[in-house]
Amino acid sequence: MTTHDIELTVNETEVELTVDSRTLLVHALREDLDYTGPKVGCESSKCGACTVELDGDAVKSCTVLAVQADGASVRTVEGFADGDDLHPIQQQFSAEHGLQCGYCTPGMVTTTKHLLESNPDPTREEIRTALKGNICRCTGYQNVVNAVESAAAALAAGEGESAPDDVELQTDYPTPGED
Amino acid sequence: MTGPRKGENESEDEAGGIAGPARREDEALLTGRAEYTDDLRDPDAAHLAFVRSEYGHAEIEGIDATAAAELEGVLGVYTWDDVAASESPGVLPSSTGSLDCEVPAHPVLARDRVRYQGQPIAAVVAENRYRARDAVDAVAVDYDPLEAVVDSVEATAEGAPTLFDGAPDNVAATTDQGDREATEDAFDDPENVVDIELENNRLISSALEPRAALAEYDAAEDRFTVTMTSQSPHGHRQKLAHTLGLSERQIRVISPSVGGGFGHKGHHHPGEAMAAWCARDLERPVKWTATRSENYLEGAHGRDHRTTAELAIDDDGAIRGLRVETHANVGGYGLDGGASMPGWYGGLLSSQYRIPAIHCETHAVFTNTAPVHSYRGAGRPEAIYVTERLVDVAARELGIDPVEFRRRNLIEPDQFPYETPVGASYDSGDYERGLEEALELADYDDLRARGRDRDDGRLRGVGVACYTESTGGGFESGVVRVHRDGGVTVSAGTHSHGQGHETTYANLVADVLEIPTDDIDVMEGDSDSIPTGTGTFGSRSTIVGGSAIVESAEAVLAKARRFAADRLEVEPDAVAYGDGEFSVRDGAESGSGSSADTVSFADVAGMAYGWGVPEDMDPGLEETTFYEPDGTAYTFGTHVAVVAIDPETGELELERYVAVDDCGERLEPTIVEGQVHGGVAQGIGQAVSERASYDGDGTLLTNSLDSYAVPRASHLPEIETGQTVTPSPRNPLGVKGIGEAGTIAAPPAVVNAVVDALAHLGVRHVDMPLTDEAIWRAIRDSK
Repeated sequence: MTTHDIELTVNETEVELTVDSRTLLVHALREDLDYTGPKVGCESSKCGACTVELDGDAVKSCTVLAVQADGASVRTVEGFADGDDLHPIQQQFSAEHGLQCGYCTPGMVTTTKHLLESNPDPTREEIRTALKGNICRCTGYQNVVNAVESAAAALAAGEGESAPDDVELQTDYPTPGED
Repeated sequence: MTGPRKGENESEDEAGGIAGPARREDEALLTGRAEYTDDLRDPDAAHLAFVRSEYGHAEIEGIDATAAAELEGVLGVYTWDDVAASESPGVLPSSTGSLDCEVPAHPVLARDRVRYQGQPIAAVVAENRYRARDAVDAVAVDYDPLEAVVDSVEATAEGAPTLFDGAPDNVAATTDQGDREATEDAFDDPENVVDIELENNRLISSALEPRAALAEYDAAEDRFTVTMTSQSPHGHRQKLAHTLGLSERQIRVISPSVGGGFGHKGHHHPGEAMAAWCARDLERPVKWTATRSENYLEGAHGRDHRTTAELAIDDDGAIRGLRVETHANVGGYGLDGGASMPGWYGGLLSSQYRIPAIHCETHAVFTNTAPVHSYRGAGRPEAIYVTERLVDVAARELGIDPVEFRRRNLIEPDQFPYETPVGASYDSGDYERGLEEALELADYDDLRARGRDRDDGRLRGVGVACYTESTGGGFESGVVRVHRDGGVTVSAGTHSHGQGHETTYANLVADVLEIPTDDIDVMEGDSDSIPTGTGTFGSRSTIVGGSAIVESAEAVLAKARRFAADRLEVEPDAVAYGDGEFSVRDGAESGSGSSADTVSFADVAGMAYGWGVPEDMDPGLEETTFYEPDGTAYTFGTHVAVVAIDPETGELELERYVAVDDCGERLEPTIVEGQVHGGVAQGIGQAVSERASYDGDGTLLTNSLDSYAVPRASHLPEIETGQTVTPSPRNPLGVKGIGEAGTIAAPPAVVNAVVDALAHLGVRHVDMPLTDEAIWRAIRDSK
């Protein structure tokens, strides 16, 4: 199996790692780098639990090879909070009870951030359309849609102070070789 | 009972800013900090994967694992022969006691024959998950395909292929519920008889987290730790002990964060058992994580009933009798309780109605499909669907409004407890109030007045479904442990996998002990440190687990009061308690001048674990309760669906969905509402898009999220909710379960609405799922 040395910036921390050609980005994040926020639900881009931000796009990391992400910047859900302060989107998912088992939540939160960056004031219908790549089997989506609406309002009002791009550097996550 | 009360650590912004967290468990889940089974890293862990049958029905002529075993990084390739040569029985326990036939239990690896596509044939362990898949591909299995049968009615026909010699007609069990003779009499000379033939479509629970396990074996102690995706840690401990041939004390089951269950994670499958078996054989931790497709192939699936039913009615619209015959598909094996589930499914056939005579005959039938077992609702949606469809058909044929027909037959509030002819004892209810509440919320009269046709050319329909739901069986353990400093750890044998037990349980104990929720930890999911319990399924956790915890908390407080009385130098009944402080009750004679004025809860905890406790008292402040309710609590309600159909294309839009549910006292209204939403979404999924389908050879056609249509956000309507509150007299909290209500009510509500929209065309019934194509065909066939 051919291996490749790649560099990633994950949650604003630069990391180097060696991956097999076939290693999926989600497995590199979860197993090599211990960012287990992105979940694997279907291994085929259908459920969205593995959604991460890849160079500013919301991407299903189960269908991206790690080697394809060489040089890229990745944000997982671990990179959303500002220290102990949850990101406004995270706060609203909790406030609106927009999560139950939590397995889809990292992907939902990431997709929501991407939506609100391109459409800061979406209608409920637009929210439902934007979330159609993220399956939730618990909530019936109702409170998820409520959470996205509230997050849009909170971000517009400047609440939470940590605007999407202001998240501080995370330092408490392991880098390769720290196992 | 108190309303929703959040943790004291939240930041309520009274100026109308950011609301606080709804649940204590949310922060860990939102930040990626929560650990699910596959998140656990063990650098020594090897990975298990299965070679699964490509055929629905075949003899296995041979297995060649040579190439797989030679791959670098492959640690072991195992077949049934290896399991048979070990000290483990290697079969999944089935409730064969309730079957009419002697058939073998599901082996963890196939012996010489496979009976459903995806049945495990060989197990492969390798250094990593990718290499394990390589090895799976390298195992060559030589099959001799056999004729398959996948339909439960066809399987009982003369000349159908048979799965087991011990069940020559493929019938696992036939069960009677109700009174056959009395029901025959009811049909003797009724004014009207209506009938229906319907399918309750096969479903796949589709929890977003696939099943997974990390098994470790301690050879020195001869003891296993299996961390797994379980709704029922003690239940899985028992089942693993059976399969591995161990005592339960040799197994510790840990269930960390679990990504949804819906029944599937209460069942016993080969994956976790083989992970443990391989861990012992290899003396390495072994991890197994199913893929989505594996989860779909292995089952257990849900529902899959084929039913004929008849209703006998008087001319004045009073129901006289209900007669039902069902073929329930149990799949290729009886998987623990799966094959016996059809035997009790008819218990809710009375729904909310006075039906003097009911008889239900159910045939549980083996077919070449994945095993069928409980999926959210588990028998109750199947029963209510039969009655609520039949009631609607009857009303239409009698020319009575379906709501009016229901009203005439509702069980009255003064008839509780109400014994149905099929063995259910309804505890409490006010069915008409729930119905009227739903009609008002839906504006039913206005919908009816506006009629079927609108300007946009689409056909409107309104569907109503009333339901009852049995909730909260069995016992549960609940522990309240007060530590020396007054902090409290609460534990229960249930296991939350989205239901928010940490929040509910902490608030329940905080209410009793009057201490901040921040001083209370809630622990679930460890069979070693929690007394044997039952688990989370069947809408039971708050009823049974919550009551167990509250009884323990009350016992703790009673004992604490005695400690406080000693310190205050008064009798216990002279002690008042409030906000974490004991004092002498107003008007009671106080102690000697040297006694304290007040004693805090934390002080009492210190006394309980101090040197020398008061005379006549035992040290310690901890109580364990094993609680079983005084009977089943019956949740009920009425749901209303409003649909619009394009008659040219069959395109269906669910314009509105109204759910009015009565689950007794609502301890955590936000969580209750979330359960309603989720249940309704799954019920709508069954009604409009989900169906697990096999071809005639037993190949699963819906083996991924591409082909099995779980609802997405854009597929669902806004769910409008309402409530009535009729407490249950059968548990101290007055609660009834709410986890499954939506899956029960939504299918008949939606189908009734669609048929209402199409009835004028002559459409009498359409089987689920009501895809655009199914509706288009129904319209075409009616012409």
